[in-house]
Amino acid sequence: MYEFNYQKASSVADASAKLAASADGRLLAGGQTLIASMKMRLVAPSDLIDLAGVTALTAIESTPGGLKIGAMATHASVAASPLVSKAIPALATLANGIGDRMVRQMGTIGGSVANNDPAADYPAALVALGATVHTDKRQMPADSFFKGMYETALAAGEIVTAITFPVPKRAAYIKFKNPASRYAIVGVFVAQTATGVRVAVTGAGPGVFRVPAMEAALGANFASAALDGIAVSATDLNTDMHASSEYRAHLVGVMAKRAVECALAG
Amino acid sequence: MQVSLTVNDKAVTADIPPRTLLVDFIRDHLNLTGTHVGCDTAQCGACTVHLNGHAIKSCNVLVLQAAGGQVVTIEGVTPADGTLHPMQEAFRQHHGLQCGFCTAGMVMSAIDLAGRHASLDDQTIRAELDGNLCRCTGYHNIVASVKAGAASMHQ
Ligand SMILES: Cc1cc2nc3c(=O)[nH]c(=O)nc-3n(C[C@H](O)[C@H](O)[C@H](O)COP(=O)(O)OP(=O)(O)OC[C@H]3O[C@@H](n4cnc5c(N)ncnc54)[C@H](O)[C@@H]3O)c2cc1C
Ligand code: FES
Ligand code: FES
Repeated sequence: MYEFNYQKASSVADASAKLAASADGRLLAGGQTLIASMKMRLVAPSDLIDLAGVTALTAIESTPGGLKIGAMATHASVAASPLVSKAIPALATLANGIGDRMVRQMGTIGGSVANNDPAADYPAALVALGATVHTDKRQMPADSFFKGMYETALAAGEIVTAITFPVPKRAAYIKFKNPASRYAIVGVFVAQTATGVRVAVTGAGPGVFRVPAMEAALGANFASAALDGIAVSATDLNTDMHASSEYRAHLVGVMAKRAVECALAG
Repeated sequence: MQVSLTVNDKAVTADIPPRTLLVDFIRDHLNLTGTHVGCDTAQCGACTVHLNGHAIKSCNVLVLQAAGGQVVTIEGVTPADGTLHPMQEAFRQHHGLQCGFCTAGMVMSAIDLAGRHASLDDQTIRAELDGNLCRCTGYHNIVASVKAGAASMHQ
């Protein structure tokens, strides 16, 4: 790891000012991705601005717009929250399936969303539930927030403060996980919402994406059989040592059906 | 940069470069070498310690992230009279270790999970120990040890 200056932020405004004043500063949330990347010298920030002291960002609350989860809420705290388990149990299950116990203790929803790893779990939940990303500058719908591999709509120095998830009628997330890292080889989040059925896929392509053909079929008949015969094209999907693009395309169909069954059993 | 924290109930203050990992601080500055480094990439769990009561991987955390906090390592779970913690005793009784390299991390994770579950079945133990790898692969005995250790912790 290269050297850097470490600073602790006392508030979101303080973090923003410290970021602006640094040569090439980065926010530090749980560090579960950032510290690992710095150790491999993939990134070399001049400054780390630690958000851990900004306790206002850890809140999980019920609001008229849905469940609002602060950027610094850890995966463990989302998984253990009675509010989350009651309103959107699929989200608690998702959080409890990220990495392992120790990673969940440190890793945060804000860090995961800002990082937008193509195999991360949360992006599928945000897109399928039609969530809103709150930053220190504005609010954005999840559909326009995620921009492909490791890219988001965040401007330089912009800080994610919270995510609001509208409460769906039914939802479930099923992932086929990489047995070593537990990241999604393919993960599918299916949600029956006030504005229709939404199906979001992570792990399979360069970034999270929706499957309109599945959404239309499930909108007409919310049953796993409605997905029979709907194929996802393998063109544009990832191929790596873990799975070919054809296998991933096949898995999208299998995980989607399981998610529908899980949502119905729910 | 100056850092102050509590390690195994003792207050420590040190002047360290900000890039110091918690595991390097524990091993190289405090000479507490019971905490191991297996992978150094947050995969294996050999470096597991407790930070403010919860298991974390100390190879993937800066010591500055633990500033002001309470850290407990494997050395800190053993009672002062030299006997073993019930979880350590269970690992001994049930042959839960072979080479012993993963054991400190396993025990730290196991104490954390025993604290969070009133009763434990094999499936829960296996799921919760997802982040601890044993290269000797003695998982059956590890699961048996954790079950027995948790039961005696809850007595
Ligand atoms: C062994 C292992 C297994 C894992 N398995 C999974 C898995 O199965 N599924 C999964 O989804 N993830 C997995 N992860 C990743 C984990 O969920 C991370 O915690 C997460 O991706 C990043 O969150 P963090 O809080 O650690 O962020 P950090 O690592 O601190 O930050 C990540 C990036 O986001 C930026 N950032 C952080 N907070 C904000 C903010 N509020 N506003 C703007 N930018 C911000 C940082 O500057 C940095 O660039 C795994 C990680 C490890 C080490
Ligand atoms: S040494 Fe930290 S997880 Fe392997
Ligand atoms: S006992 Fe040898 S690695 Fe687990």
